[in-house]
Amino acid sequence: MTSGVKEHLVVVGNGMAGARTVEEILERGGGERFRITMFGDEPYGNYNRIMLSHVLAGEASPDDLGEIYLNPLDWYAENDITLHSGVRVVRVDRFAKKVFGNDGTIEAYDKLIVATGSRTYFPPMDGMWVDDKTLTPGVFGFRTLDDTTAMLDYAAESRTAVVIGAGLLGLEAAYGLMQHGHEVHVVQAGPVLMNQQLDEEAGGILRTVLERTGMHVHTGKRTTGLRAAGGGVSAVVFKDGTSLDCDMVVVTAGIRPNVGLAVISGLTVERAIVTDDQMCSVDDPDIYAVGECAQHRGEVYGLVAPLWEQAVVLAEHLTGTNPKAAYHGSRIATKLKVAGVDVASMGVKGPERADDEFVRFAEPKRGVYKSVVIRDGKLIGAMLLGDTKKVAFLTQSFDRGLPLPEERVGMLFELGGPSEEQGAAEMDDSVQVCNCNGVAKGDLVACVRAGEHSVAGCMNATRAGKGCGACTPLVRDIVEWAVAESGGEVGVDESASWYVPAIPMDKPTLIAAIREQNLRSVSAVLAALAPEGEDAGAKMPLTSLLRVVWNGEFVNENDARFINDRVHANIQRDGTFSVVPQIKGGITTAAELRRIADVADKYSVPMIKITGGQRIDLLGVRKEDLPGVWADLDMPSGYAYGKSFRTVKSCVGTDYCRFGLGDSTTLAVRLEQTYQGLESPAKMKLAVAGCPRNCSEALVKDVGVVAVGDDRWDLVIGGAAGASVRRGDVLATVTGHDEVVRLAGVFMQYYRENGKWLERTYDFVPRVGLDELKAILVADRDGIVGGLEERMQAAVDAYRDPWQDGPEPSGPGQFANNLPLVPLPIVPVGRAPDGSLQASSAGRGPSAGGVFEGAQA
Amino acid sequence: MTTSEITGHAVAPSDELPPGGARAFAVGDRMVAVFRLRSGELRAVDAVCPHSGGPLADGQFDAKKVICPLHSHTFSLADGTCLNGDRAVRTYPVREEAGKIVVTAP
Ligand code: SRM
Ligand SMILES: Cc1cc2nc3c(=O)[nH]c(=O)nc-3n(C[C@H](O)[C@H](O)[C@H](O)COP(=O)(O)OP(=O)(O)OC[C@H]3O[C@@H](n4cnc5c(N)ncnc54)[C@H](O)[C@@H]3O)c2cc1C
Ligand code: SF4
Ligand code: FES
Repeated sequence: MTSGVKEHLVVVGNGMAGARTVEEILERGGGERFRITMFGDEPYGNYNRIMLSHVLAGEASPDDLGEIYLNPLDWYAENDITLHSGVRVVRVDRFAKKVFGNDGTIEAYDKLIVATGSRTYFPPMDGMWVDDKTLTPGVFGFRTLDDTTAMLDYAAESRTAVVIGAGLLGLEAAYGLMQHGHEVHVVQAGPVLMNQQLDEEAGGILRTVLERTGMHVHTGKRTTGLRAAGGGVSAVVFKDGTSLDCDMVVVTAGIRPNVGLAVISGLTVERAIVTDDQMCSVDDPDIYAVGECAQHRGEVYGLVAPLWEQAVVLAEHLTGTNPKAAYHGSRIATKLKVAGVDVASMGVKGPERADDEFVRFAEPKRGVYKSVVIRDGKLIGAMLLGDTKKVAFLTQSFDRGLPLPEERVGMLFELGGPSEEQGAAEMDDSVQVCNCNGVAKGDLVACVRAGEHSVAGCMNATRAGKGCGACTPLVRDIVEWAVAESGGEVGVDESASWYVPAIPMDKPTLIAAIREQNLRSVSAVLAALAPEGEDAGAKMPLTSLLRVVWNGEFVNENDARFINDRVHANIQRDGTFSVVPQIKGGITTAAELRRIADVADKYSVPMIKITGGQRIDLLGVRKEDLPGVWADLDMPSGYAYGKSFRTVKSCVGTDYCRFGLGDSTTLAVRLEQTYQGLESPAKMKLAVAGCPRNCSEALVKDVGVVAVGDDRWDLVIGGAAGASVRRGDVLATVTGHDEVVRLAGVFMQYYRENGKWLERTYDFVPRVGLDELKAILVADRDGIVGGLEERMQAAVDAYRDPWQDGPEPSGPGQFANNLPLVPLPIVPVGRAPDGSLQASSAGRGPSAGGVFEGAQA
Repeated sequence: MTTSEITGHAVAPSDELPPGGARAFAVGDRMVAVFRLRSGELRAVDAVCPHSGGPLADGQFDAKKVICPLHSHTFSLADGTCLNGDRAVRTYPVREEAGKIVVTAP
């Protein structure tokens, strides 16, 4: 480090600890001192491993990676960090001071940080591996983003999963798979669930809570082997000779630090790489270890909070900003949300000495358990299950050894100890609020003082609440308290009401501006109203809005439509499309069925499926075949692809059913005929039922109609049975088909004009309020019903079946194949009788490779 | 190839891509998606989304970025970086010459 020459800092491992250490170093001006290079085995930037549980449960999409990335690739570039992503370091030559990557990269270092984390431990058992490197298909660990996406892919084709190991990870995996409708068995060799955090009684209560959700829990069962059939796992076998059939296995029986690199490089490794109080290896003054691969004073930590503390110490030490920096180990207080249940624990689990005080409360029925252990007037352990309201107070007492209330019960309930709001006020600034991202109360307060007055804004700025989310209520309390302290008001995020982020207007204002300025195309709207210019993400919602405002009289721009709307079919994972013709009310004819069959033959459609919407789906159709398919079908589009009016399901009704009270089929066909294909903020799915037995599931539709007798019909709105389940609300009970069709139209038009983009009616109806909707739409309080009816009629009149587009494409290349030449992953389509997956490459017939030439002309 | 540069490939007549249009073309042994921005300028990136093989030419785009139609990974049209922090796509020089769209690729 003679003047001007920076030292080279190399970090092996681009996970939570490695990247955090680098951040802390940069924050302390380390960028001036070091040139930084990082190696990461995983082909990504640094992501939040904790979020994988959410990704698996479908609560965070793996595609919405903005959320899960802590340091996207841009961050490395911005900070002049060279990132070798997807590169594994295979050797460190301590004497030459060089590291070697598996892609041939060689980097010389001055200082080296090893932050290789851990990996899944697969206990030795028969049938686990196909060969040295390959797990039996269907067997997964749960550690990386790739593990998670592989599980999600496989889960789509499997039903029954066994999770081996019932710790934090196991229960999260089980919970996640249950969200995909799996039958899930969790198997624990010992007697207690989450035995690292919970004692036997708490574990028992947790078990009851989980079983109530449908999870199967087996304790005291030692797994000895796996069985495979048809190329995938088919059962797990236990020591007692019993077995459990399954088609998927997740192994969460522990983790092991990644220390192979350290071992071959000659560092002292016990359970992990042995370090001193500066996180420096005991063998080499230029090599440090941090995170789950480090062992400090005999401890190896497996949660993030201690890693943040290590990262700070190491950064202070390396940058020289605190010459006294030393890590003394962490007292672990964890607060987690596991499988939907709040769990917090710290310190010891139970009394260890005769005079330790042990205060407990259990309410198994509500799934609540709380206990504290006190020694010499100080809190030395606590366990909370199901109700973690007191966790802030307890953590603080535990961390600082604060005096405890005389009345011990006050430590468990709101009586004696400070309430949550007081908690926010009285909490020490240094108390960690978000364990996942290491955010202390003081960080939030500083953020508020710096001028950020909204809860969401503070969460974005500090990342608090962006991990497991368990601390979100506490974060809100603290922000609200801090804002009140500073004399401000909690800000509302203005942009939350905008229809699209590019245009600072809510929907009614935007509609008014579009009308007033006579804006007829998306490019015109963006040019006139978007301060920063065009934005790809705004185009689809604006197209939808323009169609609602202008009906047929708007200027179509193909680039402003999502691919599905451009080709009137639903894009599939391999770039082919699905075609769903309209079958009104689910009623078809022999002639239509024959035509569908002929089309399927002629275009080699790989799968024909009866949909959940009472119609027939032709899946795997090639883009360039779409116009031909429509012409031969000679049926209107069923709009299975659009943010639009979709289907009206129907039961058989009075024509045939012995219980029928009303003619549901005629009404369903009429509703679908009338409102087919209309654009809407999100999908509108309808159903008509001939009696309250509800065979067409009308109570859980966006608009449902249920016959109650004497030609009277309940009109039900805002129901859902998809990702959310909500029973619809009765808007009104009306007489006669005409009135049903009219009032349904009034509601749908109101929703079309006021619903936010992608807001389904199950969110819209509760947002506006049922009473409000009744007042506006039924009682016509504001005198707008006439207008709604008129505009709905105009939309209905302007309807044109898009499948007529075929003969005259709306632009060159509308149906040109943009598929890649490379073969895509094979889509499994069926299951052999023995349960194995049968694969077929959906839609990519042997001719697919040749198709492309046409596009070159 | 009728172009002056050895590595230039004429992929289509200019009017094949109106403003807002996008198509994938074979250029040598790779697939390249060419976009005509609303301003009339052209951009070219790999046609295949590195995430899971999505057809980027079918994605929605603006002057700066394209959104993959399958899972919405978003790529800069200027330099190909993935704005979600995932793997990037390559970009290619693209120009018009004698009424043809010409992509330069190695
Ligand atoms: C084909 C079909 C499954 C089937 O084989 O039965 C289907 C297929 C898809 N559904 Fe569905 N849904 C189908 C019936 C349903 C139903 C049942 C129904 O309509 O009665 C529901 C629950 C009702 C509801 O919508 O609330 C349903 C709730 C969803 C959801 C969750 C919506 C929600 O907010 O809760 C999505 C995701 C979304 O909309 O973002 C979705 C999204 C999808 C997409 C479009 C995924 C996508 O974005 O590409 C699937 C297209 C597959 C493809 O490549 O063709 N699908 N989907 C069904 C077509 C019905 C039809 O004839 O039109
Ligand atoms: C599903 C899940 C849920 C979790 N939930 C929680 C929670 O709620 N709360 C909590 O506190 N903790 C939780 N954890 C634990 C937490 O994620 C870890 O403690 C933390 O990620 C450890 O950080 P690390 O940097 O030491 O290791 P990692 O994050 O694993 O990073 C190590 C990185 O180094 C890479 N690497 C390894 N060897 C090499 C090599 N030779 N060359 C190059 N790169 C290499 C690895 O690929 C990896 O990317 C959870 C973990 C998982 C898997
Ligand atoms: S069809 Fe519907 S439920 Fe099935 S995988 Fe696709 S979106 Fe999910
Ligand atoms: S394939 Fe492009 S985002 Fe998934």
